[in-house]
Amino acid sequence: MKIHEYQAKQIFSHYGIPIPKGRVASSADEAKQIAEELGGKVVIKAQVLVGGRGKAGGIRLAKHPNEARDLAAQILSMEIKGLPVRKILIDEAANIETEIYLGITNDRSARKPVMMSSAAGGVEIEEVARLTPEKIIKVHIDPLLGLRDYQARDVAAGIDLPREHWKSFIAIAHGLWQAYLDSDATLAEINPLVITSDERLLALDGKMLIDDNALFRHTDFAEMRDLDTEAPLETEARKYGLSYIKLEGDIGCLVNGAGLAMTTMDIIKLNHGEPANFLDIGGGASAEKVTAALKIILRDENVKAILLNVFGGITRCDEVAHGIVSALNEIKPNIPMVTRLVGTNAEEGREILASAQMMTAQTLVEAAQKAVMAAKGGIA
Amino acid sequence: MSILIDRETRLIVQGITGNEGIFHTRQMMSYGTNVVAGVTPGKGGEWVLDGKIPVFDSMKIAVEATGANTSIIFVPARFATDAVFEAADADISLIVCITEGIPVQDMMRVRGYLDQKQSRLVGPNCPGLLSPGKSKVGIIPGNISIPGNIGVVSRSGTLTYEVLYALKLNHLGVSTCVGIGGDPINGTDFIDVLSMFEGDPHTEKIVMIGEIGGNDEERAAEYISSKMTKPVVSFIAGQTAPPGKRMGHAGAIIEGGSGSAKDKIHALEEVGVKVAHHPEEIPHLL
Repeated sequence: MKIHEYQAKQIFSHYGIPIPKGRVASSADEAKQIAEELGGKVVIKAQVLVGGRGKAGGIRLAKHPNEARDLAAQILSMEIKGLPVRKILIDEAANIETEIYLGITNDRSARKPVMMSSAAGGVEIEEVARLTPEKIIKVHIDPLLGLRDYQARDVAAGIDLPREHWKSFIAIAHGLWQAYLDSDATLAEINPLVITSDERLLALDGKMLIDDNALFRHTDFAEMRDLDTEAPLETEARKYGLSYIKLEGDIGCLVNGAGLAMTTMDIIKLNHGEPANFLDIGGGASAEKVTAALKIILRDENVKAILLNVFGGITRCDEVAHGIVSALNEIKPNIPMVTRLVGTNAEEGREILASAQMMTAQTLVEAAQKAVMAAKGGIA
Repeated sequence: MSILIDRETRLIVQGITGNEGIFHTRQMMSYGTNVVAGVTPGKGGEWVLDGKIPVFDSMKIAVEATGANTSIIFVPARFATDAVFEAADADISLIVCITEGIPVQDMMRVRGYLDQKQSRLVGPNCPGLLSPGKSKVGIIPGNISIPGNIGVVSRSGTLTYEVLYALKLNHLGVSTCVGIGGDPINGTDFIDVLSMFEGDPHTEKIVMIGEIGGNDEERAAEYISSKMTKPVVSFIAGQTAPPGKRMGHAGAIIEGGSGSAKDKIHALEEVGVKVAHHPEEIPHLL
């Protein structure tokens, strides 16, 4: 889960990382008031969870409060990469001498957190990694020991940070590590971390991703979820414990298990069809879950056919079949459905569905072919 | 022969008194797995499954009483990490964690700790293991696979069942099937299992089922090319998955341009691994 810049910076500040004075606003008048309080030049920053805000005109400098109000009004009326700007951050403008990158993320291959830093801050770290990988200093952190002082010093030395800044840099590195740890982050990033003209280190921008699997111990974060960033159907699916991702095609997929759900999409494509979604009803899918899943699929207006593929293991096919029948009784869709039930109680499941007059398939390939044909209007 | 589990397996079920714990314990026992005990803190002294299986309060006591060498974990995500540490500290040699949804930082600490111990973890977020005709430690339906000489390793659950079933329909049997799980950080990876299959005299061919996310398949490809003599056939799920989206499994995500199915398939084909277009094609490539 992504959180906003202003939220990430508040967390950083809590761990002693210096951030610019500033506040978040949701109206132009509020922005003006904050600019007045701050005095001097301010930066107005759109709070949207996509990259490239600056290029899109979502970050602007205002010299006085009236200009802040006007620019705030402009930014608040924008959409950036399809996302409406609902909040803006008004920060005191900083005089920047140097821009540094400092971040911590999970290194999957090393199975450890890795601290990364670069003297080439202010640009996306992926860009630096691609063009000049030698400019990135990496230090793996032992998850049982935490970040050690010498490691933070190695990073400071590695990016040729002037010695007079080492002490504050090391304190910031420790703050970032603690923020990453306590928040169950998968990414905690300061970009840029700047040296100002009056020789202070300041975290101008912050980004944090939180591990969805850890939200049970961070109910405060769960409330921060910005629903603008996901399709409404994805939000609704989550309520039912379903994993749903909307795609562009016209064949709705309802599958148990993530790997099989991806495979079902792939086979549809292989047979010249386009999947409308990824949907995993999970293990032990109950009738209620299947009903909710079918309803969500049917709310996508592009869907012209549905492919239901269930391999019964823990999930029993007869239970899934009951779910389908009750969903059909309730919503009565008028689009073709192909079902494939294999595994535990598949026979019983097929008998339950026999009355429902739908196409059935034995193999994966057959199921995909029938669904593709059905979506194209040529019902087999 | 088989790897990791066989008739010598003496199993403790952690979280045996929960719904899933009891259901799958019954399934494993009817398959022939030697379940020697269960552990549920606070329920020590009880007996479950018609009085056949004793329940203990802790792993330490359960291991002392039964001489178990393997454990399987069915406890909820917030308690599962502790269950792994407890099993490792009781010197269990194989710990299988079925639980889905363990925070990734917990898993990094688990890996850091287990790397200093003798215990091996399989999972989390996995269907466990099946050595057809011998032992089942997990939730893979027993009737979809027959004994044979093919080793199967997979990051997925139901997709693995699909492959086992396709093999069975073609009269192809399996030595051991290992579900390593769909999380970004797990206890056992492809290379660990490939090397065990390479060393197992009764495994002649291997099926490796990967999916998008991370670079485990790419590293496996390097390993296959430099260390393996046995043929490997693969399938990679998620060719149509959009980047930046987590496809159900916590680990199934294309990030920063890496982890795509295309890259993985390319890496495997480069080293001579046959990659199937879909699971039902796998038996014909073996």
